[in-house]
Amino acid sequence: MKTILTATAALALGTGMALAAEHSATVRLGTEGAYAPYNFLDDDGEVAGFERQLGDELCARAELTCEWVTNDWDSIIPNLVSGNYDAIMAGMSITDERDEVIDFSDPYTQPDPSVYVSTMDDVDVENAVVAAQSGTIQAGHVASMEGATLVEFATPEETVAAVRNGEADAVLADKAFLMPIVENESELSVVGDDVLLGGGIGMGFRESDGELREKFNAAIQSMKDDGSLNALIEEWLPDGATF
Amino acid sequence: MFAYCTDPASLDGLAWLACYLTTGKHMAFYASFGTVMLLLAVTAPTALLFGFGGAVAARARFLPVRMLGKTYIAIVRSVPDIAFFLFFVIALDQGLEYLRLLALCPDWDQPVRQGNDFVVCSAAKLPSNSAPQWVHEVYGFLLAMFTFAIVFGAFAANVLFGAMMAVPRAQIETAEAYGMTRAQTFRRILVPQMWVYALPGLSNLWMVLVKATPLLFLLGVEDIVYWARELGGSVTPRFSDYPHSDWRVWYFLALLVFYLLLTRVSEIVLERLMKRLTFGQATTGGMAA
Repeated sequence: MKTILTATAALALGTGMALAAEHSATVRLGTEGAYAPYNFLDDDGEVAGFERQLGDELCARAELTCEWVTNDWDSIIPNLVSGNYDAIMAGMSITDERDEVIDFSDPYTQPDPSVYVSTMDDVDVENAVVAAQSGTIQAGHVASMEGATLVEFATPEETVAAVRNGEADAVLADKAFLMPIVENESELSVVGDDVLLGGGIGMGFRESDGELREKFNAAIQSMKDDGSLNALIEEWLPDGATF
Repeated sequence: MFAYCTDPASLDGLAWLACYLTTGKHMAFYASFGTVMLLLAVTAPTALLFGFGGAVAARARFLPVRMLGKTYIAIVRSVPDIAFFLFFVIALDQGLEYLRLLALCPDWDQPVRQGNDFVVCSAAKLPSNSAPQWVHEVYGFLLAMFTFAIVFGAFAANVLFGAMMAVPRAQIETAEAYGMTRAQTFRRILVPQMWVYALPGLSNLWMVLVKATPLLFLLGVEDIVYWARELGGSVTPRFSDYPHSDWRVWYFLALLVFYLLLTRVSEIVLERLMKRLTFGQATTGGMAA
């Protein structure tokens, strides 16, 4: 009896201390900061956008202190698994390849439509030179199309610039990223229908970090339940489907 | 910055430009010039030190030391910078955290490697997760500096190694004839005379180092090229008070001017240095030919 009591006390104490340590630690959120409206740097150089608002709200609901960090897209997963930050929130679609390396939260957007944008209205994207950001689902999709030639760029901005200066015939990227640009520039237009890729956008976690993932999953679920996630989607991603 | 900047859409001309060029983002851009200059100022001497050590080791009479020096030069020179930066920095960071784990969390019972993940107790994290962002940035900067020093040190080692070989044998023989020990010959004859042979190679390295700073962003340190690309990219009115089209060409033009100026200043300094180092030496550059 005595041993059981001691064991229980020790366990309770241990959990209490673990919780206390957990609470005081800051959760670092890694993002790219170059993919409006999901994440971008505002005029003050601060991370802003859909994921900034969503992430801050999720952290508040999960009672965590969060800090935003920008990181190059190409090294965003290696730096997560080596522990430079604790979660990725960078418009990253849930795919099987990524899922082998990291774990994803529940999606916080529906599978997001991608579109082709070009300076020519009649371009045949099946047999064209298509620009995409390296390491994205769009790049993977273009690479798998037989007739099309893929040109990869390190940043989203460069993919659009390649179309403007004629280096590529069209660009394939998330619709939410391309639409504000198309609306602002008369020479660019959407070509063809929406392309549905991936399993929605989710937060990326280290596979060993199941506890943190559960906390954010609970917060995402609570935002889905009370409709606040839909409100954010309607505000930032007007073309995106709600939950 | 200025009082009239509250509504940039109503401004035009110089007033708009003044507001635009003083946004927080632009301030970060200007600050990154300081980051780059600081990195160069600290890395160049450190790399030279690494290079000197490498060259001396590569010439050592004791075989293991010689092997060590030669291996350092050969390996680092043959690995692409970008691979070195992704692999070495992460390995270094994890090595430091592992040492801290052993020291700070003796009762840690989980494996450090869990699949792809590297997991240590939160006390061993370097820097601590709760540390303010600037601590993380300083840490990233130090890692970057160290990595740059190792990479450029290997190239410098090869240059210095060649320079040491280029000092005329007659000079060394004379020193030996005077009864100097090997160490004395090295200190008094070889090192003072080798710089003139090393300088052209070292100045090349310096120029390459000056332009290698975009690698910094791989480590999360934002350098001038990152900010130029970020600021120059087109911005739609939805996401900024200062919408503009693709202005990268102007930002890169500014970088071009900066780099040209830096190159020019470097050239002047190096030329003076060369004059000083060749003074009185039996070379065409020197006076005592």
